[in-house]
Amino acid sequence: MEKLMTLEELEQIANERRAAKEKSPRALNVCVAAGCLSLHSDAIKSALEKEVQRTGANCRVAGTGCLGLCSQGPLVSGEPDGCLLKNVAESDAAEIVARLDSAMPERLLCSREQPFFQRQTVIVLENSGRIDPEKIDEYIAADGYQALVHALTEMTPAQIVQEVSRSGLRGRGGAGYPTGLKWGTVAKTIGTTKYVICNADEGDPGAFMDRSVLESDPHRVLEGMIIAGYAVGASQGYIYVRAEYPLAIKRLQTAIREARRLGFLGSQICSAKFSFDVEIRIGGGAFVCGEETALIASIEGRRGTPRPRPPFPSQSGLWELPTLINNVESFANVPTILRRGSEWYASLGTKKSKGTKVFALCGKVRNVGLIEVPMGTPLRQIIFEIGGGVPEGHRFKAVQTGGPSGGCIPEQFLDLPVDYESLKEVGSIMGSGGMIVMDDSACMVNVARYFMEFCMSESCGKCIPCRAGTAQMFELLTRMTSGTATPHDLELLEDLCDMVSNTSLCGLGQSAPNPVLSTLRYFREEYTEHIVDKHCRAGVCECSKLAEVSA
Amino acid sequence: MNPVPAVKTLVIDGTDVSASSDQTILDAAQENGISIPTLCHLDGLTEVGACRMCLVELKGSTKLQPACVTLVEEGMEVTTQTPRLQKYRRMVLELLFAERNHVCSVCVANNMCGLQDQAKSHGVTHVRFPYRSPALPVDVSHERFALDHNRCILCTRCVRVCNEIEGAHTWDLLGRGVNSLLISDLHEPWGESDTCTSCGKCVQVCPTGALFDKSKVGGKERKNPDFLSYLNDMREGLR
Repeated sequence: MEKLMTLEELEQIANERRAAKEKSPRALNVCVAAGCLSLHSDAIKSALEKEVQRTGANCRVAGTGCLGLCSQGPLVSGEPDGCLLKNVAESDAAEIVARLDSAMPERLLCSREQPFFQRQTVIVLENSGRIDPEKIDEYIAADGYQALVHALTEMTPAQIVQEVSRSGLRGRGGAGYPTGLKWGTVAKTIGTTKYVICNADEGDPGAFMDRSVLESDPHRVLEGMIIAGYAVGASQGYIYVRAEYPLAIKRLQTAIREARRLGFLGSQICSAKFSFDVEIRIGGGAFVCGEETALIASIEGRRGTPRPRPPFPSQSGLWELPTLINNVESFANVPTILRRGSEWYASLGTKKSKGTKVFALCGKVRNVGLIEVPMGTPLRQIIFEIGGGVPEGHRFKAVQTGGPSGGCIPEQFLDLPVDYESLKEVGSIMGSGGMIVMDDSACMVNVARYFMEFCMSESCGKCIPCRAGTAQMFELLTRMTSGTATPHDLELLEDLCDMVSNTSLCGLGQSAPNPVLSTLRYFREEYTEHIVDKHCRAGVCECSKLAEVSA
Repeated sequence: MNPVPAVKTLVIDGTDVSASSDQTILDAAQENGISIPTLCHLDGLTEVGACRMCLVELKGSTKLQPACVTLVEEGMEVTTQTPRLQKYRRMVLELLFAERNHVCSVCVANNMCGLQDQAKSHGVTHVRFPYRSPALPVDVSHERFALDHNRCILCTRCVRVCNEIEGAHTWDLLGRGVNSLLISDLHEPWGESDTCTSCGKCVQVCPTGALFDKSKVGGKERKNPDFLSYLNDMREGLR
């Protein structure tokens, strides 16, 4: 096929796709992202396909990305009416196809009017669940690659950097570094060879935003990367994705192949003097490789350990050359920013945190799933309206954000607007977007111990504070949960928290004490109970079981 | 691409010093007789900034910086000894002593050990943390040398000298976190290594008694890593 060059040609592909859809407007879209797939949604898809074939019904059956409400999966959405079916089983296929023209069975209907869907604002997830992630035409029909063609044909790299800066987009990997500033630094660094890296080594427990974006809308990430490549003057991109995401890798491979076919990757993209290609690098299962310098070492084929910064990757990154490294979600925001304008993007969110943020809402909450809300949305709205609150019979206790680098936020801060600054103020961080809701059945000492165990086993072992410090903190926390701790152990633990956070080499160690510090700040009495009374109020720790036996 | 180094003036512990812009704070301090404790650093090897003993305070920043990798800047005000830094350094040493099985009295490097010296100068008289007492092996398969993992502090000086100076890259690390282990080749006994040239550089740069000469008995393993600067100067054509 001839390579694409202009917006008109892009529009033609989009129109062809739309026309094909209009010809047969009825469709059943089965979510085949990892959540529903683990409930065998692929079997449901083939059952529906068979049934459509058997009955000769005029209806397309397609696989799509994540529909959001994972706890009600497997999910199927219908076109053109947009109805949503929940908890679908293979055995429902006949009934669904038979009732295509009438109302779907009540037990399967999932209302789109509920707050879970109504309270969201989608940018990154706008195509998620609406398009077939394996078909580039569908992405193009949803205005995909328009921003790229526009950028390459009508904008200078400096204008793009300016536009991204003006949008106020900040790094979605968690630290919140201004994306435009980073792009500008790499663009201004002298060098003929530069690289763009997409960090898809998502590893926080309970976080699955990046996986879902890659599985549901991989072209969005590619488009963002290509635009970034043009803006900073790079011609090679890498996506570093963890091996535990086989479906995301497969979808990315398909997307890269399709993008090459249409000439969005390769040489002289859209007739511009710009060549860019993307390769996938698969991670070997180390959490620390999400840290940018460790990730770069891993791509270079070396042991994945961080190195001191400066120099920052923007000056000396991959192969010691200037490198732009952004998270999946950061790149996924870029096409929309260019298409709809930085002003529009900056109108969303708070003063210092613009746009939207995707969260993986999980734990003790009714609606487990993937959500996207404007920055500044109060926690209460996310957990109680979108999430539907904690299940019956239990009481909300805390919400954990930022994974092993974050902290637990108690009830008194539920009205806190979610943005980088305010989360930091209460001792947590935005992080990559994991949001674990905990109710009164959770023991905060045990939660801290869980995260410390994670940090201990994921520490690379290079610097002493993180390597030996996390192991000591884990030991001290274990003493507390097992009922053998003394008040002196708590003193030691606090000393270590201070030392490890101030002396560790990279972000993993520097933030490893956060789960302990935040639970100490808001739930100190639980620590005292474990140490002095050998009592765990949630009844999950060994210490309270010991107390029962002796009583 | 590197610009010509410029002269910078800065203050270290109240003393005005001058340094070249490609020098680190540690370089500048050592030149001026200001001592900053180190463990993983060794003149002649690349820096890893891993032991955190050389962390210093910079005026205007709350973040501590490792002196071994931080380049000097004009007007910098560096403080190398504060109660806070001393406390952290003592804790680094305590963590090391608690991590593996360091028994100085029976060690070949007793009284000649980098870790022990630091502990003495920092007044580490006891360790507050629970000893982890891991069961670690000793590799005596090499004809002349031995490796006792119990005394290894994972400073990677041996890994670097073997890779950067000898060019053999016999040593590397296995695993991660507290389970990291120094290995020769692909985790084979040292004596069976195909790459080891038996040059003994790793033994000389090891700050503790982890790598030692089999012919030495308790308290007799005096290390001499000074050959490194000589070798480097030869390579650069300075001698």
